[in-house]
Amino acid sequence: MHELPVTERVLDIVLKHAEKNHVRKIVSITLKVGELSDLESEWIQQYFDYLSKDTVAGGAVLKIERVPIVLKCGQCAESITIRKDQLGDTTCPKCSATGNFSIESGREYYIKEMEAE
Amino acid sequence: MGDIKLIEVKEDILADNDAAAAELRERLKKEKTFMVNLMASPGAGKTSLLLQTITALKNDLRISVIEADIDSIVDAEKIAETGIQSIQLRTGGFCHLDVSMVKKGLEALDTDSLDLIFIENVGNLVCPAEFDTGATIDIMILSIPEGDDKPLKYPLMFSKCHALIVNKMDYLSLSDFNVDLMEKRVRKLNPDIEIFKVSCRTGEGINSWAKWLKKTVADSLAEKNP
Ligand SMILES: Nc1nc2c(ncn2[C@@H]2O[C@H](COP(=O)(O)OP(=O)(O)OP(=O)(O)O)[C@@H](O)[C@H]2O)c(=O)[nH]1
Ligand SMILES: [Mg+2]
Ligand SMILES: [Zn+2]
Repeated sequence: MHELPVTERVLDIVLKHAEKNHVRKIVSITLKVGELSDLESEWIQQYFDYLSKDTVAGGAVLKIERVPIVLKCGQCAESITIRKDQLGDTTCPKCSATGNFSIESGREYYIKEMEAE
Repeated sequence: MGDIKLIEVKEDILADNDAAAAELRERLKKEKTFMVNLMASPGAGKTSLLLQTITALKNDLRISVIEADIDSIVDAEKIAETGIQSIQLRTGGFCHLDVSMVKKGLEALDTDSLDLIFIENVGNLVCPAEFDTGATIDIMILSIPEGDDKPLKYPLMFSKCHALIVNKMDYLSLSDFNVDLMEKRVRKLNPDIEIFKVSCRTGEGINSWAKWLKKTVADSLAEKNP
């Protein structure tokens, strides 16, 4: 739901890197977004197109790589990769614990790289 | 067309906000002010809980409230009726508060002479979960009419809060809400969370919540600065 502020941050950061690298035009930007986030790819591209219109990032394609949800078992420290709809009935495959998990990954919001001319 | 080159960016989008939040938390700690970030769906009872909590604690603690409402001053006016100072932040269309907005609210308050500041965050369970406000602790409300499946749908929110207030307990007998099941679901990702069952309508449970908060504030303010 907060695609707009996130998009603003993305634009700020890539413009900074574009300047540092003397870039003429940004072609694509790769984001890594955790599966726990409700970010909508379509919206973020639309906001980005609008905000970046008059910059070197105008027309850049946003590629979103989803980072899976990984829980860590509080009992045996096993890392467990799950889908979001499995959150309710996760059981540790190693020690059979059914509670006390912490979130190891799945909440990231990260700009990985960009392609530029 | 020039050559296309790959530039490694490797930057966290939330890093600036997270750093500002950590800094604000430090500052409030030095000023001996405890800040609570209160989050919930629209209508879950955020303002009602604040009114009850203020009534319970205003003789013991110096309290203020920062209200983040999309575009109205109704909540701030209700708080003002208790005699407590409240600041209305107009968030426009924003779906959550970030540190820069909270700081604007704090500028209008004399934080040094306050013990406890509540932030009523924007009503939704998604966005406020991802943006640190700089508060000392995060609290959320789930109200009975919303259903016991919410921890499954909004895991981030439930996993980051120090306490969960289950509000509108007076509706329990009219609903199929399973409190034990909900609690089990919450504890899966947040085993240490404090859970309080209250009704802001009847006042049930408010005392034990207010007592816990008062003790948590006192413990935190008594901590020595590093
Ligand atoms: N029956 C019952 N009603 C409640 C309870 N707590 C709050 N309400 C009612 O629920 C409605 C919403 O309460 P608010 O306190 O305004 O909720 P809020 O979360 O601040 O709402 P927004 O700021 O609009 O998102 C009001 O009509 C309250 O009187 C409760 O424990 N029981
Ligand atoms: Mg309210
Ligand atoms: Zn295990």
